[in-house]
Amino acid sequence: MSVELDQQVGNSLYEKSLDCVHCGLCLTSCPTYLETGRETSSPRGRIYLMRGVAEGRLSVSETLSEEAFLCLGCRACETACPSGVRYGEMLEETRALVVGAGARRGPSAVLERWGLRLVASPRALHAAVALLGGLQRLGLDRLGLQLLPASLRARLGGLVPVVPPAAERKPLPEWFPAEGVRRGRVALLSGCVMSELFGSVHRATLRVLARNGFEVLVPRTQGCCGALHAHSGDDARAAELARVNLQAFAEVDTIVVNSAGCGAAMRDAGHWLPGEGEAFAAKVRDIAEFLDDVGIIQPKGRLEATVCYDDPCHLLHGQGVGPAVRRLLEAIPGLELLAHREADRCCGAAGIYNLTQPEMSAAVLARKLDALAETDPDIVATGNPGCLMQIAAGLTARGLRARAVHPIELLDEAYGRADEAPGTQPAIP
Amino acid sequence: MAASPTVSADLIAGLEAAVGREACLSRPDELFVYECDALTLHTGPPVAVVLPQDTAQVQRVVRTCRAHGAPFVPRGAGTGLSGGATAPDGAVVIECSRMNRILEVNAEDRYAVVEPGVVNARLSEAVESLGLFYAPDPSSQQACTIGGNIAENSGGPHTLKYGTTTNHVLAVSLVLPDGELLELGSPCGWSPGHDLVGAVVGSEGTLGVVTRAIVRLTPIPEQVETVLGIFPDVVKACRAVGSIIRSGLVPSALEILDQRTIHAVEDSVYAAGLPRDAGAVLIAELDGAASALVPQAEQVQRLAESAGALRVERARDAEERQRFWKARKGAFGAMGRLAPDLYVHDAVVPRSKLPEVLAEVCAIGDRHGLTLSNVFHAGDGNLHPNISFDRRDEDERARVLLAGQEILELCVRMGGVITGEHGVGTEKRDFIGLVFGESDLEAMKHLRAAFDPDRVCNPGKIFPTTRFCVESNPHARGYDRVPLG
Repeated sequence: MSVELDQQVGNSLYEKSLDCVHCGLCLTSCPTYLETGRETSSPRGRIYLMRGVAEGRLSVSETLSEEAFLCLGCRACETACPSGVRYGEMLEETRALVVGAGARRGPSAVLERWGLRLVASPRALHAAVALLGGLQRLGLDRLGLQLLPASLRARLGGLVPVVPPAAERKPLPEWFPAEGVRRGRVALLSGCVMSELFGSVHRATLRVLARNGFEVLVPRTQGCCGALHAHSGDDARAAELARVNLQAFAEVDTIVVNSAGCGAAMRDAGHWLPGEGEAFAAKVRDIAEFLDDVGIIQPKGRLEATVCYDDPCHLLHGQGVGPAVRRLLEAIPGLELLAHREADRCCGAAGIYNLTQPEMSAAVLARKLDALAETDPDIVATGNPGCLMQIAAGLTARGLRARAVHPIELLDEAYGRADEAPGTQPAIP
Repeated sequence: MAASPTVSADLIAGLEAAVGREACLSRPDELFVYECDALTLHTGPPVAVVLPQDTAQVQRVVRTCRAHGAPFVPRGAGTGLSGGATAPDGAVVIECSRMNRILEVNAEDRYAVVEPGVVNARLSEAVESLGLFYAPDPSSQQACTIGGNIAENSGGPHTLKYGTTTNHVLAVSLVLPDGELLELGSPCGWSPGHDLVGAVVGSEGTLGVVTRAIVRLTPIPEQVETVLGIFPDVVKACRAVGSIIRSGLVPSALEILDQRTIHAVEDSVYAAGLPRDAGAVLIAELDGAASALVPQAEQVQRLAESAGALRVERARDAEERQRFWKARKGAFGAMGRLAPDLYVHDAVVPRSKLPEVLAEVCAIGDRHGLTLSNVFHAGDGNLHPNISFDRRDEDERARVLLAGQEILELCVRMGGVITGEHGVGTEKRDFIGLVFGESDLEAMKHLRAAFDPDRVCNPGKIFPTTRFCVESNPHARGYDRVPLG
C-alpha cells in the first residue's frame, strides 16, 4: 500500500518526532509494550514509524496502521518522557493520516464509525439508550445480543452497562443555585454518555458544587466534546463539535468537567481550533482539580470504607491531575485510601477501545484487576465514564466485592450523610 | 551483505516454528523500528526479530540461525548507547523482553534468579519489602533489562560504592552458538577456577545469549543523606569530588550536572527544583548506619564549601531525594529539548584529572561550535559529555564525530579508557586500539573463539572493523611489549 503523504501532516509529524532522542524511558509506561514486548508496540517504536513515514522512508504501512490503533492513547508515555514529546497530538495526526489513506478497515472501523455518529447526536443516543433500557427491563437484551454476529457479541458481552431509570436520564436543570455564601458561578459539561448513563454523577456534581457555594449553569445548546472523534483521526468533526461548545460556553469563565476524557480533549481544543480554541481550553477544569483549588467545605458525614483511587489516564497524563483527587477523598471522615499497584496505568477502556481492540483491552484490564484484587478495597473510585464501565464490568466478571464509583459521588455521599435527616438534600428536578 | 531472499524465507519459516508465528516479526516496516538502539547514529535493520518465552525457545532459535548461516544478536530494551543491539548484516534479533520473570528470591542467601528481560528497577521494587535491593542502577533503569546490563557491564550513579554489574552477577545460564546450554557460576558467589561469569559480563553478547542469571541482592541501607553542593562552575565541583575522596569518606554516589543539563532537566517532567543559576551541581550521597551519617554529611558540606561551593543544601526527605535522582536519571532524555539528536559520550579518567579534563572537554566542544553538556559519575571519573546536534546537518554531524574522537583521545592521554559503562559496541570498535595493543585484542579474540569460534554471536561489536581509523596504541600495556624470557 503506497499513499501520497499529506505534506502538511507530514511536516508536523516530522517536527514533533524530532523531540524524541530514542532514550526508551517511555517503554515500561506503555501498556501495549508491557503486554507484547514488541518495540513496534511501544511509544518509541511508534514514533520511529511516524518519523519514518514523515521522512519518506516508509509508506503508510500495515504496521503503522495497526499500531496507530493498537495504541490505547493513554499518554502515560508523555508523563514518562523527559524530552517533552507531544505523543497524543502525534497519535491523532497519524490516525487521521491512516484514515485519510483508506488504511483503516475491518469490523473495528465500522463499529467506530457508528459509535462516533451515535455519541455526536444527542437525540439518537438518547433513543438508543432508551431502547437498550427497555430491552433490559424486559429481559430481552441477552436475546438481542444473541442476534448479533459472534465477533460483535464477544466484544459487547460483559460491557453493556445497566441503563439507569428514566428519572436519572432526564436533562439536568439549566441553572442550579448555590447554597449558603455564594462563591461564584461555573458551567458544567453534560456531555454525551455521562448524561445518558451517569446522570447520578452529574447530580452529585451539582450538589457538591452548590454545597461549596457555586451556582452551576448547564447550557442546553452544548453537545459532545468531540474527544472520541479526535482520537479516531476525525479532526474535522472534532473541530465542528468543539465550535458548538465554544458558543455554548461563551458566557462563562469556568467549565467544570467530571469526565476525564472530555476534559483532556477540551483542553486540547487549541490543537484543532487554533486561536479561539486556546481561550476555550483555558476555561476547562476537572471537578476535582477545581474543588481542590478553591478549597472545599469539610464534609462531616462519615463514610467507613476502604477506597482505591484509580487514575484515569486522561486525568493524570492528559491533564496532570492526580494528587488533587486523593486530597479530596482523604478529606472524607472514615474513608481509608489504599494505594494499589499501578494505579497510574490504563484500565483498557480508552474511549471505545474496548470494543475496537477487545483482546488487548481484556489483557490490560486483567492486569488492572490483578492489582485491585491484591489490595481488595470496598470501593474503586475513578473519574471517567469509560473507566467506570470497564472497571465495573471487570470487577463483576472477576467476582471482586468492590463497587466502582466516581470520586465526586463519595464526596456527595459524605455531605449527604452529615445532614440531620435523610431527604434534606436539595432535590434536583 | 544481506542474506539472499530464499535463505530468508526458509530462515523465517524455521524461526516461526521455533517461537510461534506471533512471536516472529519479519515485515520490513516492523524490522525498521529495530534498526537501532538508543544510539541512533548507527543503524542496520535485522532480517527478523524473535521474541522467545524461555531458554528452550532461545536454543531452538539459535540452532535455526546456525542452520541458515544467520548471525544473531540478543536485545533487551534497546536502551544501550553504543549500538550493542544494532543488527549486523543479515542478523536475527533475539528480543528478550518476554523473558521477564523473577524466578526465585532468596532473602537469606541474598540472591534472585531472574530471566534476562526483567527490567532493572522492577527487581528492586520486587524485593523492597524484604529490605533488599539490586544495587546497579543505570540511569535507564526504569526501562533497561538485567540481560542488557550483563552484556554491557552497566554501572550507574551508585557504582562508586557498590560496584558495577559484574560485582552483582553470581551465575549465568548461557546459550552457546551451537545451541548448547552452559551453566556458569553458583548462587553462593564462589566458583573455583577461571572466572567465566566475569568473562560473560561485559562481553556485549559476543559469547552467547544469557537466558537466566543469579544476581546478588543488597540490604537497603539504614539511612541515606543526600547533599547538594551548588558551584559556580563544573571545575570547582570536580575539585570538591577530589577532596571528598581524599578525605577517606566512601560516598555511595558523587554526581555532577552542569548548568546546561540543569536547565534541560528543570524544563522537563523531571524538574526537581535544582538551582538554575548554578554553574554546576554536585549530588553527594552517603548511606549506612544512621549514627555515622550526620557527621559525614557535615564533613562533605565543609569540603564542598572549601572547594568553592556557593552554598550547600540537604535533601529534606526521601521524597526530595527521589526527585533529585529522577532529575539526574532523566537528564539524558531531557537533552532532547536542546536539539533533535544527542550523542552521549562515555569515557573514564583518573579522578585526579577530572578538573583538567572537564575544562578541555568543554574547550573541544567550543572549538567545534557544538552544544556540549556534562552530566556524569564524577566519583568514578566516568564522564558523559553529551553533544546535542541535528543529524540533518551533515557538517555538524561530522564535527560531532570529530569532537567525540578528540575527547576519547584526550581521556586516553590522561590515563583513562574509552568507556566506563556503555560498552564498545559499534560506536567505539574503531577506537579500541587507543587502549589496547594488537596482542591484547588477540587475547580477547581467543577468549571469544572459545565460546563462539565462527563469530555468529553479535559480530561486528567490540573488535575493530578496520585498522585505518585508529592504529593500535604502541603505549598500551599489551603483553606483546613485555620482553619474553
